[in-house]
Amino acid sequence: MLRAWWDSFRNQGLLVPSQRRNRQGPAKIAVQGVFHRYGNEVEALKELNLDVHSGEFVCLLGPSGCGKSTLLYALAGTSPPTRGTIRIDGQPILGPGPDRLLMFQEPALFPWLTVQQNLTFALGGRALNRQDRDRVAREYIQLVKLDGFEDALPHQLSGGMRMRVSLARALSLDPAVLLMDEPFGALDEQTREEMHLLLQEISLRTRKTVVFVTHNIREALTLGDRVVVMAGRPGRVLQDLEVRLPRPRDPDDERLARLSRQIREALREADRATVARTDPGVEKIDVRPNEDHAAKSPAARLDAGGLGPGR
Amino acid sequence: MLAGWALAASSGLWPPQLLPPPWAVAESLWTMGADGRLGSAIWASLKRLLSGYCLSVAIGVPIGLGIARFRVLSRLIKPVVVSLQALPSICWLPLAVLWFGLSESAIIFMVVMGSVLSVAISTEDGVQSIQPQLLQVAGTLGIRGLRFVAGVLIPGAMPGIVTGLKLGWSFAWRALMAGELLYASGGLGQLLAAGRQALDPAQVIAVMGAIITVGVLMDRALFRTLEHGVRRRWGLQLST
Repeated sequence: MLRAWWDSFRNQGLLVPSQRRNRQGPAKIAVQGVFHRYGNEVEALKELNLDVHSGEFVCLLGPSGCGKSTLLYALAGTSPPTRGTIRIDGQPILGPGPDRLLMFQEPALFPWLTVQQNLTFALGGRALNRQDRDRVAREYIQLVKLDGFEDALPHQLSGGMRMRVSLARALSLDPAVLLMDEPFGALDEQTREEMHLLLQEISLRTRKTVVFVTHNIREALTLGDRVVVMAGRPGRVLQDLEVRLPRPRDPDDERLARLSRQIREALREADRATVARTDPGVEKIDVRPNEDHAAKSPAARLDAGGLGPGR
Repeated sequence: MLAGWALAASSGLWPPQLLPPPWAVAESLWTMGADGRLGSAIWASLKRLLSGYCLSVAIGVPIGLGIARFRVLSRLIKPVVVSLQALPSICWLPLAVLWFGLSESAIIFMVVMGSVLSVAISTEDGVQSIQPQLLQVAGTLGIRGLRFVAGVLIPGAMPGIVTGLKLGWSFAWRALMAGELLYASGGLGQLLAAGRQALDPAQVIAVMGAIITVGVLMDRALFRTLEHGVRRRWGLQLST
């Protein structure tokens, strides 16, 4: 308790509630009063409001089942919300569109095409001639630092390299918004950190609007201009925080560790409130962050990224 | 094996007009090759096989893709395809003769019916085994219509399609031999039938050997290379 207080004191100014007045112009993506219900299940999203501005890197962070992916797929247009509106540049989202590109956990490269061909094939829908397609493809392969691998086949590359090709393919289509669904979830720790550095570098250079879903607190803090902390049952925004750390952010930065502790504490509190509200008959759960409780709480289900509650 | 055969043939247990020794078979093969009968028979058979086979690929692959992609087609056509596959291809012969007469078309029809179903079924299988995230990503990348079919669906299903091509080829070969044996003029099957009519077991065995050789060569030369090439390119484990 004391440490939490001390942390929040020291974190002052690094992680602040996001304020609209800091940003100019209308929102790029405006989510207003969105509800989503799967069949008769618990509400996956309940009256959710969120503004994303052009050029922002927003991380949706939360335990599994908090509705963050539901929200992302609603933004993509593949699963429209039950109620409420989502607008992009003022236009309601009615379905998938070329202005928004969704990236998954799997690189999903076409295995029969080389790296270069994977990009040029995706570019085939654009009004470009062959030389231009080749040039654009090479440009983006360079951006993800894979020059020299243009003619390699996907199965000849490592997992991280495949993900980079996938990223290059997505960026080469130059979507206004990049939607990423835990894209680095399947990578090992070291590769993931490399991808974080690369993605920060690219996002600084291209100034793309990115909505990035993750359950990894440190990943969200490393990448996001904003971290939108979500909680489940029903899915809602818990906190909307701005991360004020200079880029590129070092994964070993002590401040990141402190900030992630602060967020984990907030999530744990929300979890307790949810349990108390939904199961009033249930016995009081031990609030101390011991292992037993940790296994059950959504806060603990978050990938701690090497920062266990005991540390 | 060869020595055992030679021994059995020369032991006198079986009359030589029923079981000829290996050298008689070799001699028959040589004379048929020398007077051009064997060459022209192989040529005639291959020509039929090729036209029938190409037709059945051109029909079978689209049917397979259609069944895999459209629920309606899958409900309507798949049961028919599966049940017809239980019918040995030679059973199509009477109908073929009624429809086309004793013509080249009849035998090509038989070849097509013998192989088209396995091509269609393997193609459908190939489409079903495409990783779902590839189809999903094609959608998010905005790949639709003809680009989707030609650029994602067919190459994605290629390992299955190649299996179908291989299966279809061997079924086509069988159907053709059965048909030629029964009535067609020219071709290896007819040469085989001629051997029987001439009461020449050496010729019969020689032609059988030729049929086996052609079949195996085709399988090895064409389909092994194709299959290996596809599997290597697609990054799949090599099965052998």
